[in-house]
Amino acid sequence: MTIVKNRLFWPVAILVALLIVNLFTSNQFITLQDGHLFGALIDILRGSAPLILVALGMTLVISTGGIDLSVGSVMAISGAVACLLIKDLGDQNATGSVLLIMGVAIAVSAALGLWNGSLVAVVGIQPIIATLILMVAGRGLAQLVTDGQIINVQSSPYATVATGFFLTLPVAFLIAMAAVALILVLTRRTALGLLLESVGGSPSASRLAGIRAKRITVMVYVVSGAFAGLAGLIYSANIKSADSIAAGNLIELDAILAVVIGGTALIGGRFSIAGTVVGAILIQTLQVTVVSIGVPSKATLLFKAVVVVVLCLSQSATFREKVFGRFKLRSEVPA
Amino acid sequence: MRVKVMAAALTGLLAVSTLAGCGGGGDSGSGGGKDDGKLVLGFSQVGAESGWRTANTKSIQDAAAAAGYELKFSDAQGKQEKQIEAIRSFITQKVDVIAFSPVVTSGWDSVLKDAKDAGIPVILTDRAVDSQDKSLYKTFLGSDFVKEGKEAGDWLVKQNEGKTDPVNVVELQGTVGAAPAIDRQKGFAEAIKANPNIKIVKSQSGNFTRAEGKTVMEGILQSTPDIDVLYAHNDDMGLGAIEAIEAAGKKPGKDIQIITVDAVKDGMQALADGKINFIVECSPLLGPQLMDLAKKVKAGETVDPRILTEETTFTQEQAKAALPDRKY
Repeated sequence: MTIVKNRLFWPVAILVALLIVNLFTSNQFITLQDGHLFGALIDILRGSAPLILVALGMTLVISTGGIDLSVGSVMAISGAVACLLIKDLGDQNATGSVLLIMGVAIAVSAALGLWNGSLVAVVGIQPIIATLILMVAGRGLAQLVTDGQIINVQSSPYATVATGFFLTLPVAFLIAMAAVALILVLTRRTALGLLLESVGGSPSASRLAGIRAKRITVMVYVVSGAFAGLAGLIYSANIKSADSIAAGNLIELDAILAVVIGGTALIGGRFSIAGTVVGAILIQTLQVTVVSIGVPSKATLLFKAVVVVVLCLSQSATFREKVFGRFKLRSEVPA
Repeated sequence: MRVKVMAAALTGLLAVSTLAGCGGGGDSGSGGGKDDGKLVLGFSQVGAESGWRTANTKSIQDAAAAAGYELKFSDAQGKQEKQIEAIRSFITQKVDVIAFSPVVTSGWDSVLKDAKDAGIPVILTDRAVDSQDKSLYKTFLGSDFVKEGKEAGDWLVKQNEGKTDPVNVVELQGTVGAAPAIDRQKGFAEAIKANPNIKIVKSQSGNFTRAEGKTVMEGILQSTPDIDVLYAHNDDMGLGAIEAIEAAGKKPGKDIQIITVDAVKDGMQALADGKINFIVECSPLLGPQLMDLAKKVKAGETVDPRILTEETTFTQEQAKAALPDRKY
C-alpha cells in the first residue's frame, strides 16, 4: 500500500503500460542494428532528450516558486544562432568549430536566462510576466535572425548531437542524462538543493537566514536558459536545420506538465528531479504511442488529455480515497 | 466622412466609365484624374509568417515594378482590423484596384461594400472570403488544394498502371483543420479511389513542420512494416520523414517512394537528389498573374470569378533543370 502512495508510482505505472503497448505495436521494440541499439524504445529515449533538458531547468525554476515561459523561444534562438554560424563555416564538418559554435549558442541562451533572472530577482517583476516578454519577443528575434527562412546545414558533427550513438546509446539521451546527473549531484550532494527549497518556501525568510536569495533566483533562470539552449541544439540538429517558427513551440507547457507529474509543487519549496525525468519520458512515450496505435489525428489531443487526466486523478490522494473508499464500503456492506 | 466617401465613389465611377469609354485602351489617357495614367494597385498582405509568404510578397512587388504599376503595399501583420484599415485607406486614396490576402474568411462584407460603392474593383489572392454576395469582388486568384492532392494521387496511379500488387501508402497530414490539409487529403483520396490495390495504411498529422514529420514517421516506421509510398502534405514534413527513413536504414526515394506538395527550394533539392520522387507545386509567385488581372478589371473586362495560380508538377529530372532558378 505504501508503494501505491508514492507520488511516482502512478506515472511509472502508466509509463510502463504505454511501453508495453509499444512492445506489441512495434516490429522492433529494441534490437541491435548497425552497431547500435535501435527500435521504438530508443526512438522514445532519443526523442525525449530536449523535453528532459527543458523540464530539468523548469524544475529548478519552479522549485524557487518561479516559472519560465520563455524556454521554447530560447530553443528557437539557440538553434538559429548555431545553424547560421555553422552555415558560414568553410568546412561544416570541422568538429572543433562546431563545438565552439554550440558553446556560443548555449552562452547566448544562458545570457537570455540572465535577462529573465534579472527581471525577476533584481527588478522584481512577476516571473510569469518577466518570462512572457522573452517568450513573445524571443521567437520574433529568432525569426529576425533567420529572416523567416528555414536555415539548412550539412554538418555531420552537428547532426551527431541528435542522431549519433555512443556506446550503442543515443548521444542526445546521454547528454540529457549527463545534465540530470550534474543537477542531481549539485542539489542532493551539496547544500544547494536545500537552499533552492528554502528560497521557494520563503524568499524573505531565506534572506534573513543568510541565504543570498536573489543570487539563487538569478542562477536558476540562467541554468534554465542554458538547458533550453542545449535542447534547441538537439532539436535543430535532429532535422539538420533551424526552423524558428516551429522550434520549441508550446514546449513550455509540456515541460510544466512533466514537472507537475513528477511531483514538484508549483508553488515552490519542493522538487523531484527523478520525477521530472519520468514525467518527460512519459509525455514523449504518449506522443509515440499515439502514432503507433494509430489514433486519428483529430482525436490525438483528446487521447493525450484523457491519459493526463487519469494520471492526475490517480495521483490525488483525495480522489483515491473517494473512489477506493467507496469500493471498500460496498464490498463491506454485503458481508 | 460621408462627403468623402461620396466623392470617392463619384471619382471611382467616373474613372470606370471613362475607361470603359476608351474601350479598354488602358493607360493612354489621363482618365479618372490621374496625371500619368499609371495603374495604382493597393495590396494588403496577411503578414510574413513563412518563407512561402515572403516569396509571395516579393513576387507581387517585382511584378508590379516590371509592369510599371504603382504598388501601395501594406502588411496587416496577421490582424484583420489592420487589413480593414488598409483597405479603407486605399479607398480614400482612390487607388485603381485593391487586392488582398484575407487574414480570416469572415467579416469583410462592410468594407468590400464600401470599395464596391467607390467603384474600385477588388481581387482576392491566395485565400478566399465567405461573403454571400459574390459581386463584392471580381475574382479570387489562388491555388486549388484539392487539385494539388489529386495531381499527387494521379501520379501514383500512373506509376502503378497495370499492376495489381498492393501499394501501401502512408500519409502525413498538415495541421488538423487547416484548409490545405483537408483539401490535399480529399484530392488524393479521390484520385486513388478507383485503384483498390493502392491503400492508405496510416494517416497522421505532422503539423506541416520538419520535426513533427520526422517524429511521426519514426513511429509509423516502427508500427507499419510494409510501406511503399509516403505522401506528405508539404515539403517540410517530407524532409523530416526522409531523415527518419534514413535512420531506419532505408533509402528514401527507392525503398519508399515520396510524394510531397509545395516545391520550396529545399524540397526541390531533395527531389533533384533522388530522395523525393514527385512534387506538386503550390506556387506563391502569383505576382504576374495578379498584375494581368488588375489591368483587366481596371479596363472593365469581365474575368473568371475563380482563377487558379499557374502551377506545375516536378519529376526528378524536371527538378534538376528548374533548381538553379528557384527563388524560394
